[in-house]
Formats: sequence, C-alpha cells, structure tokens
Amino acid sequence: MIRKLTLTAVTAMSLALGAGAAQAAGGGEGGYGHIEDVAFSFEGPFGKYDQMQLQRGLKVYTEVCAACHGLRYVPLRTLADPGGPGYTEDEVRAYAAEHFYVYDEELEDDREALPSDHFPAVSGDGMGPDLSLMAKARAGFHGPYGTGINQLLRGIGGAEYIANFLLGFTGEEDEVAGQYLYENMAFSTGWVQMAPQLEDDLIEYDDGTPATAEQMAHDVAAFLMWTAEPKMMARKQAGILGVSLLLLLTVLLYLTNKKLWYPIKHGGKQANL
Amino acid sequence: MSGIPHDHYEPKSRFETWLHERLPVVALAYDTLMIPTPKNLNWWWIWGIVLAFTLVLQIVTGIILVMHYTPHVDLAFASIEHIMRDVNGGHMLRYMHANGASLFFIAVYIHIFRGLYYGSYKSPREVTWIIGMLIYLVMMATGFLGYVLPWGQMSFWGATVITGLFGAIPFIGPDIQTWLLGGPAVDNAALNRFFSLHYLLPFVLVGLVAVHIWAFHSTGNNNPTGVEVRRGSKDEAKKDTLPFWPYFVIKDLFALAIVLMVFFAVVGFMPNYLGHPDNYIEANPLATPAHIVPEWYYLPFYAILRAFTADVWAVQLVSFITGGIVDAKFFGVLAMFGAIFVIVLAPWLDTSKTRSGAYRPMFKFWFWLLGIDFMVLMWVGAQSTEFPYDWISLIAATYWFAYFLLILPILGWTEKAKQPPATIEDDFNHHYPEASGSAAE
Amino acid sequence: MSHADDQQGTRRDFLYYATGGAGVVATGAAVWPLVNQMNPSADVRALSSIRVDISDVAEGSQLTVKWLGKPVFIRNRSAEDIENARADSLDDLPDQNARNANIDPSADASDANRTLDEEGRWLVMMGVCTHLGCVPLGNGAGDYHGWYCPCHGSHYDAAGRIRKGPAPENLPIPVAEFVDETTIKLG
Repeated sequence: MIRKLTLTAVTAMSLALGAGAAQAAGGGEGGYGHIEDVAFSFEGPFGKYDQMQLQRGLKVYTEVCAACHGLRYVPLRTLADPGGPGYTEDEVRAYAAEHFYVYDEELEDDREALPSDHFPAVSGDGMGPDLSLMAKARAGFHGPYGTGINQLLRGIGGAEYIANFLLGFTGEEDEVAGQYLYENMAFSTGWVQMAPQLEDDLIEYDDGTPATAEQMAHDVAAFLMWTAEPKMMARKQAGILGVSLLLLLTVLLYLTNKKLWYPIKHGGKQANL
Repeated sequence: MSGIPHDHYEPKSRFETWLHERLPVVALAYDTLMIPTPKNLNWWWIWGIVLAFTLVLQIVTGIILVMHYTPHVDLAFASIEHIMRDVNGGHMLRYMHANGASLFFIAVYIHIFRGLYYGSYKSPREVTWIIGMLIYLVMMATGFLGYVLPWGQMSFWGATVITGLFGAIPFIGPDIQTWLLGGPAVDNAALNRFFSLHYLLPFVLVGLVAVHIWAFHSTGNNNPTGVEVRRGSKDEAKKDTLPFWPYFVIKDLFALAIVLMVFFAVVGFMPNYLGHPDNYIEANPLATPAHIVPEWYYLPFYAILRAFTADVWAVQLVSFITGGIVDAKFFGVLAMFGAIFVIVLAPWLDTSKTRSGAYRPMFKFWFWLLGIDFMVLMWVGAQSTEFPYDWISLIAATYWFAYFLLILPILGWTEKAKQPPATIEDDFNHHYPEASGSAAE
Repeated sequence: MSHADDQQGTRRDFLYYATGGAGVVATGAAVWPLVNQMNPSADVRALSSIRVDISDVAEGSQLTVKWLGKPVFIRNRSAEDIENARADSLDDLPDQNARNANIDPSADASDANRTLDEEGRWLVMMGVCTHLGCVPLGNGAGDYHGWYCPCHGSHYDAAGRIRKGPAPENLPIPVAEFVDETTIKLG
C-alpha cells in the first residue's frame, strides 16, 4: 500500500514539478542573462529577513534608486511591521516626512508624506520601472535545459537577478538612435538603458558596514525582496504550522484507516494498535 | 442498469418519519454516504475526493478574495497588492487560491488518466465520463477567466491570445471575438465580464459535480479489475463492496491529508513556483512580454494548438479541400478542441471487451506512452516554436490523436487480453489471503 | 466478551477520538483566517490614529477634521468660553457624565473633565449629535453659546454638554493627546 501511495505522491509531485519546469523555461542568449546564486538569509523554509540588511537596503534605495524608481505599492507604515526593517513608528514618521512629498487631494497641494501614505510612484521621461514587485517579476534561474527544476533548490532568483543586474555592468556603452545603452551581463539581451549606479563608498551605512558595491547590491536586492513579499515570514510560519498540523492528522488518519480496514483484510481479526 | 442492492434509510423516530414523508433529504444523504463501493479500490481512486475538496477550497477562498478585489483596469492590480499586503491573512488566501488552481488541475489530470487506464469511461459509465469532461472544460474556462483578474502582463496577453482563438473561426470569428471582449481589445469591459463569469462558473461546476456523482452512483464505481459488482442480492453485493462511510471516507481523508500537506508546503515555502514572474508586472497593452506562456495546466493543449503550422501537409490538404476556409490558424484551434473531444469519444473509440487496462498488455504500453506524450506536450508548450520544438510538438500532437483514433479501436481487435478475476471478492482475497476467513468469528 | 476485548475497545475509541479531535482543530485553524479577513485591514487600521496640526487654530475658533469617517471638533476656546463653561453648576446638566474616553468612565461632567489641557483651552470632541447623528453647528451657536443641532434642536454648551433638546448625552470626547505643543493625536 505504501508503495502505491508513494507512486501516487511521486506522480503528483512530478506533474507539479514538470509543470513548473516548463513554466520557467526560456532563458538568456549569447552569454548574457547568466545569474549567479547569492546566499540570502531569507531562503529556504526557515529563512528570515536580516533586519539590518533591510535597513541598509532601504538606505541604498532612498539615496540611489529612488531618484528614478518608485515603490508605489509599498505603504511607508510597513517599514515598522514585524518581519520587515523593524523601524519604530516615530522613525518611520520622520523618514517619510524627510524624504517624500505626496499630493493630497483634500489639501489640493503637496505635503510631507505620512506613514499611512505609500512610497511615491516615480514616472516621467528617463525614469525607470516601479520596483515594488521587481523581485517577484524576474526569475533568476531557468535551468537545467530550460526546465526550471533548479528553482526548487535555489528559489526563483528574483533577488539574485537584481543583485547580479546591479553588478553586471561591463563599462561598455553604445549609442543607438540618440539613446545611450550600457552593456550588462545579467540582462537577457545584454544592453540596457539604465547606467551603472553602484560604486564603492557611494553611501555611508549607519551600522558601519563597509559600503562596497557588492554589499549595496545585495542589501538593496534583499530590501526589494521584502517590498515584493513583505509577508514572507508570516507565510512561512503559516506553512510550518499547516504542514505540522496536517502531518499529525495524516499519522492519526493512517492509524485509524489501518485499524478500520484490518478486520476486512484479515478475516475479521482486530488490529493490534 | 439498476443500482447495487443495499440497505436503505428507514426513518425511526416520529420526527424522522414526518420529515421523510415531506422531504427525504436524510435518505438522500444516507444513500449517498452508504453507497456500496467496490472494496478493491486502490489509491488512484482518491482523487475524486481531492477534487471535491479543492472545488470547495476555491469557492471559499474565491468568495473571500472578491470581498477585497476591485474589477477595474486601473485598480485591479493594486487591489491584489492590497490583498497581499493589508488584508488580514490575505497573502495566504490569495496564494492558496492561486495554487489551489494548480492542485485542482493536477488532481483532475490524474483522475482522467485513472479513468483512461482502468476503462472507467466504458459502458455503462459513458454519461459519467462525458459530464466529467464537461467539468474539465468548465474548469479550464474558469481558470482562464480567473487568471485575467490580477491584471498582470500574463493576464492581459493571455486573454488577448486565447480570445484570439475565437477570432480564427472563419467569417464570424472577428465578430465573436469583439463580442466576447466587449470591444476591439482586452479592456475594462472584458475584465468585468470575466470577473462575473469567473464567479458564476464554479457554481455551475458544483451542479455538474452533483450530476457526475449521481451518474456513477447509479452505475456503481468502476474498480481496478473492471469487473462489475454482483447484484443478484444484497448478500452477494456485500461480498464485493463496503459502504463508502466509514471505509472509503477515512481512506480518502488520509490521502487528502497527505495531498494537502504537499499543498501547504508549496503555498508556505514556494507559492510563486508555478506562477509566471511577468504577472507581477501590471498589464501594459503597449508592451508584449518576451514569451507568452499560459498556465502550466493548459500547456499540453496549447502545444497542440501551435503544432499544426502552415507547412504541415495535413494542414495544407485541409486548407486546399476547404478552399482556404480552414487555414493553419483555424486548424490549430480545431486541433486543440479536437484533442479534448477525442477524450470525450473514448467510450466509443475503445473497442476492447476488457474494461480494465490492467489486463491488457499491449494497451498498457500505449497508455503509458500517452502519459509520457502528455508530459512532453506540457514541456514543449512552454518552449519557443523553433526547431526542434516544432517537430517535437508535431510528433507529440500526432500521437495524441493516434492513440484515440487509431490505437484504441485497433487494439480492441488485435490484442489478446488476460482474464480478469471472476469477482471483486476474488481480487480482494487474492491481495489479502487472510481476508477470506469469516468475519463472524 | 473477554477482558482483552474490552481493552481493544478502549484503545480503538481513543484513536478515533484523537483523530476526530485533530480534525476539529485543523478545521478550526482553517476557519479563523476566513473570519479574521473581514476585520479592518492594515490600511484602514493605519488611519485609526491621525495627527492634527493645531498651530493655525486661533483662539475662539474651531477646526473640524474627519477621523474614522466622522467629524471631530477641535476648538481653541476663548477666555469667555472657559468662564461660561466653568460657571455652570453640575446640577443644571441633563447628563452628569464627562463622556471622556481619556479618563475614568464615571468622572463627572465638570468642565475640567471635558478639556484636553489643564488650562481648559482645548476642547476635542466628536461632532456627532448624540440624538440621531447629525453634525451640530458651532462657533457659539445655540442658547448656551456652544453648539446647536439643526435637525431636532439640541443645544450644547461651550464644553459640548447637552443642555436642552432631545439629545440624551454630552458630545463624546475621543481618545486624544498632545504629542507636542502644536500637534494633537486622535486615537
């Protein structure tokens, strides 16, 4: 019975996995689009966001990315949420007021942002895409052979994509129809409109961490994973709770089922459970 | 065929009698729950319960998501983010609904292939089979409509491509497509009607499922041997069957708990694995994603849709005969729906007298090849249409039709099947030699 | 029936009860999120506490802000207002309770129990008539130089206490505090 059961489970799993694999197919070309794995703290079923890293990432975003990229779906107040960067409400209020202005329909005027506002959307000529969900809108890993099965081990790789992208500039640039393009090894077609941004000591971290380009890229990638999936830790906890509860139920139902069927399968004798 | 003889509900108290004379609802529940079920059912027979549970799960989580969702092109994407970020537990509910669709299709595919292997579609269960395929079609429609609602890039372009299928119909196609969308392209009108229908169709599913259950409760379940339950008398039937409650309810619940454990692990630890990253980008009618890939559960049929291109001789032949009315595009659409329709026809295409595939050595080979073919189609459906994928999809699509239209009919005449056990009781006792001892001792 | 059979029965029952119990717990755990999702969401809760800048509210004038979907009156009372309100005897009041969410629920309706500061300058209260929910007119309206509800003619005094008319209670004072000199936090 267990053998057949295993077979069933394996079939179900392989259906699911094969499907995911198929979904993830299609990757880079010509040496571009290669993403190196990064060991982030939030990976795996028990992984957690590193609070200090999220705070550093917020600083990189604020001082570098925010000039051209918005976070329109992220409410500022969530900076104080459990599982996030973990600022106090007063710190969030001060941060919002210091860095962002929003248009208030009732005042019919701009005012300093409040915690209940979202990060502003940034749009206009030369501005980049919104970054709220970027870490979920990109897949770093597609292999092997376009099957996407390695996503099971490394994750989908959105944060890795962002980190690799920020560090992937070769320094080459090109002008096409009056538009400057920069070569980037992480980008699928190799050439992007965004210029290289990170260089060592571009900003100064509050916690004294040396601000190397790599450090900043990893920090902001982690921060953008949080903006994309702020409830990740709550979700994993629910997953662990759900799996544990169902494991208990499975064991009990297995015993009950065995007990129930024993007389049927053994000519009326009772199971010795 | 009359049902399997078994004990029926007898009202005992005065209230039960009173109610029974006016509305025999308890009797209905009793007969449904205590239905005699072949006692040799194996673990492939658990997916029906998984499907019933998943339908309820999807309806419950769906109704909740509607409480927080806004069906408007300017607000839909943001309202999903509102669910993911602000609504209490909303992220779990949404991930469960999204992955619940995948669970639904995994279960339905195993359920269908179970039926194909054990010959569950054969007489007298054709109606159960046809209703089952209707359920599958409505599921596909519901899944498609639901995937549009988050209004991401894949939502938008998926809707554009799929409604484009209807545009391929000769003469009236473009008008039908415009009618479906309520405009020249996918926009607010389409989003609103898709939302409305996505809410409606699950309840249609509930009705179809009820009829599906009614149908196979009338004929009795099939079983791994394909041998019918003896119906001469209650005592005879009891030797082949056990009541659904508690024997199969507990067994199915045990299996369901395992399935849900895997489901919860996916929702909790990798909820986006089966989704597409592009759907986290808001719909943009001015920019098409690099690869438009449907959800994984449509990929086999999507591959068949794309397999028949203009350079395939069969397509050219049909195009020539019909004077160009059936072009490659429409041929693909016909092939896709045809691939589903041949499954519906299986009861009449399979000419074998032996019901269960377990006793058909040649059939087994071709059946498992069909299973592999299905996986290949699923894989190739997500690839580009370049060489060698075009050839792989053409070969795989051809085999799909060959299995139903050629192999099933021919095997029935050429194959020498093994002899199934005489009764279900014999089969059961063969597996459990001790079982033949009298239960009374 | 032998003794061994008895024991079998008990053990079997235990297993069945344990399974049933676990099933009930699992179902309960699944139902709670379905209920809780209808409670106010985080964006709504974020607005349950707002800060009001009162630096522009001149003496003898009133600011009306919307909070939790309802108007809140924030009045910078003049010396005359304070004098009027404090002069009144408690015995004249139909509602003897302070109706102030910031202090002991049984506190009496004396003017000192109604205002936000010791001095008695700042009066913060819900702008919803306790009769049938209309918004009273302010700025010294009514017979008692406070507020007057145009719907059914309730008169409130300069401390927002009901004096005349059908309204049963004083205008309620919400949870409020000074964050700094010029900012009041509601909720």
